[in-house]
Amino acid sequence: MEPLHEGKLKHLEELATGIRETIIETLLEAKSGHSAGPLGMADIFTALYFHILNHRPKKPDWSDRDRLILSNGHICPVRYVTMAYAGYFPIEELKTLRKINSRLQGHPHRGVLPGVETTSGPLGSGISQAIGVALTARLDNKKYFVYCVTSDGEHQEGNAWEAIMFAGKQKHKLNNLIVIVDRNNIQIDGFTEEIMPLEPFVEKYEAFNWHVMEVDGHNMTEFVDAVNEAKAIYEKPTVIIAHTIPGKGVSFMERDFAWHGKPPNKEEAEQALKELRTLGTRIKSEHE
Amino acid sequence: MSSNMLNLEAKLSSKIFDSDIEMVPTRNGYGEGLVRAGKENKNVVVLCADLTESTRSHLFAKEFPERFFEVGVAEQNMATIAAGFGISGKIPFISSYAVFSPGRNYEQIRTTIAYNDSNVKVAGAHAGISVGPDGATHQATEDMAIMRAMPNMKVLCPCDAIEAKKATVAAAKIWGPVYLRFGREKSAVITTEGTPFTPGKAEVFWQSRKPECAIIACGILVHNALLAAHDLEKEKIGTIVLNNHTLDPIDDRVVKEVAKKTGAVVTVEEHQITGGLGGAVAEVLARVFPVPIEFIGMQDIFGESGPPHDLVEKYGMGVKDIKKAVKKVIKRK
Ligand SMILES: Cc1ncc(C[n+]2csc(CCOP(=O)(O)OP(=O)(O)O)c2C)c(N)n1
Ligand SMILES: [Mg+2]
Repeated sequence: MEPLHEGKLKHLEELATGIRETIIETLLEAKSGHSAGPLGMADIFTALYFHILNHRPKKPDWSDRDRLILSNGHICPVRYVTMAYAGYFPIEELKTLRKINSRLQGHPHRGVLPGVETTSGPLGSGISQAIGVALTARLDNKKYFVYCVTSDGEHQEGNAWEAIMFAGKQKHKLNNLIVIVDRNNIQIDGFTEEIMPLEPFVEKYEAFNWHVMEVDGHNMTEFVDAVNEAKAIYEKPTVIIAHTIPGKGVSFMERDFAWHGKPPNKEEAEQALKELRTLGTRIKSEHE
Repeated sequence: MSSNMLNLEAKLSSKIFDSDIEMVPTRNGYGEGLVRAGKENKNVVVLCADLTESTRSHLFAKEFPERFFEVGVAEQNMATIAAGFGISGKIPFISSYAVFSPGRNYEQIRTTIAYNDSNVKVAGAHAGISVGPDGATHQATEDMAIMRAMPNMKVLCPCDAIEAKKATVAAAKIWGPVYLRFGREKSAVITTEGTPFTPGKAEVFWQSRKPECAIIACGILVHNALLAAHDLEKEKIGTIVLNNHTLDPIDDRVVKEVAKKTGAVVTVEEHQITGGLGGAVAEVLARVFPVPIEFIGMQDIFGESGPPHDLVEKYGMGVKDIKKAVKKVIKRK
């Protein structure tokens, strides 16, 4: 995969801003759902779907595709919106999120929406499922990579560390597994370090024999470079700890755990869209 | 009023058939019950796995911060820490969504709480399809089955917020493991402080003069059962409605009695029809007094996102579905 050149970066940044706007509109329409996580991960998902992943939106079951396992299913609005932008399904369908008879379930459900690899929502079980897929690739001599997006809060699950321990075992040769952690420091009841500290986070993963990198989750160049490094690492699985700002792009949502699990109301959405459009214009003018 | 055959001794709300009946989620009763239990007994401790407010355990946390333990997103850890409390003299309540506890930590509950006979109370909030927009991953519809199958475990599913509070307070006094089931959505408050509540004892809420069918219900759908009974009365079909809040140990004496009186039974629950209330009633009656039974509940299928009320209808647990089942089961006699 080539690094991000200046032109592509600008394009992706504009795209990410548009995706954030659509996330706000989608949540407003759904009247329930999560705001902070999806906004915080918009840059990572944009980079994944529009630069990193080897995939075919019109052929979602293509057997050589890279797999993207979303462990923290509650941030699915960002995945749904990015998938729609990438052409997996009509953008119009985003209006059905969380409604009856919809393919866009409140937490993603495998099987109803092509391109969604696993059902998730119950936290802490994504890394282990990603391991199963990555081991399958090994057994089948497939070249695809398995990406697992996970959150910081769900690292409080024992199940997560059971998976991390397993993956670190050298014999498994899980160098085709790349875990991306949304390190936004929040969870429902407060800040992770107050609820149940995860630090020293890097050292923990290292102790379990992983290759560990830290990036600014809003710097797509840094993130793409990290993925390239991860792909080059031969003997270990890689975790990219992406430091993100929950609610990124909307001033009154940023860093506030109260926005973990609620959607904006009409006024809040209007304010949010105003801010995001200003941001979009700024990116465009910098580009010109 | 001739079409109203509510059992007066049950001292139910006077608004059951009115559209302005008070609506409160049963989980609120849990939160209030915890505070009461905490006041009554200093050994009560509460644990929660990052769902303090939505399980309403924050009410207890505020009142008794030193007896409240936040474990983070770790239901397996929560169950096993509680098991240690329970075998050393404390009365721990563990709180999460039912899909995660007793879902995620099933084996820990089985081994360290039930088999260990540790005095732990497991509270599963957000049970049933009425969870709504979060979708099937968050709608526990098998929890009563797994807990009912577990030796040493008692299972309670209160019908409204008031009964939920009574059940929580009672659970602290029952020795041994108890599972308490609560809903997320606001639901009709059909009982009053004066309504009798004893764990293990089913209560008759509706008694027609000539009942042809017994509707045995639990949880928030007891309200739908009463609405159905009210409609059927107008069509001259008499019924008995039983509020069967305790699934394990089930009140087999009263279940048998209503089956004998009517010769036909419909069970109603916000749960899979296998293994829950329907299963429990069928097991009793198959043994002591076989009659035709129809089962209202989730028909071996997962739910989906949507407005709670619409989902209850879509998955066949609405008032009209109960009426249809009553008519069908009477024909089968
Ligand atoms: C097994 C499990 N337990 C509890 C929950 C409820 N829950 C949903 S999101 C969440 C917070 C987890 O923290 P994080 O993923 O870091 O949240 P975010 O950064 O997106 O706000 C919790 C406890 C769940 N979905 N799964
Ligand atoms: Mg977080």
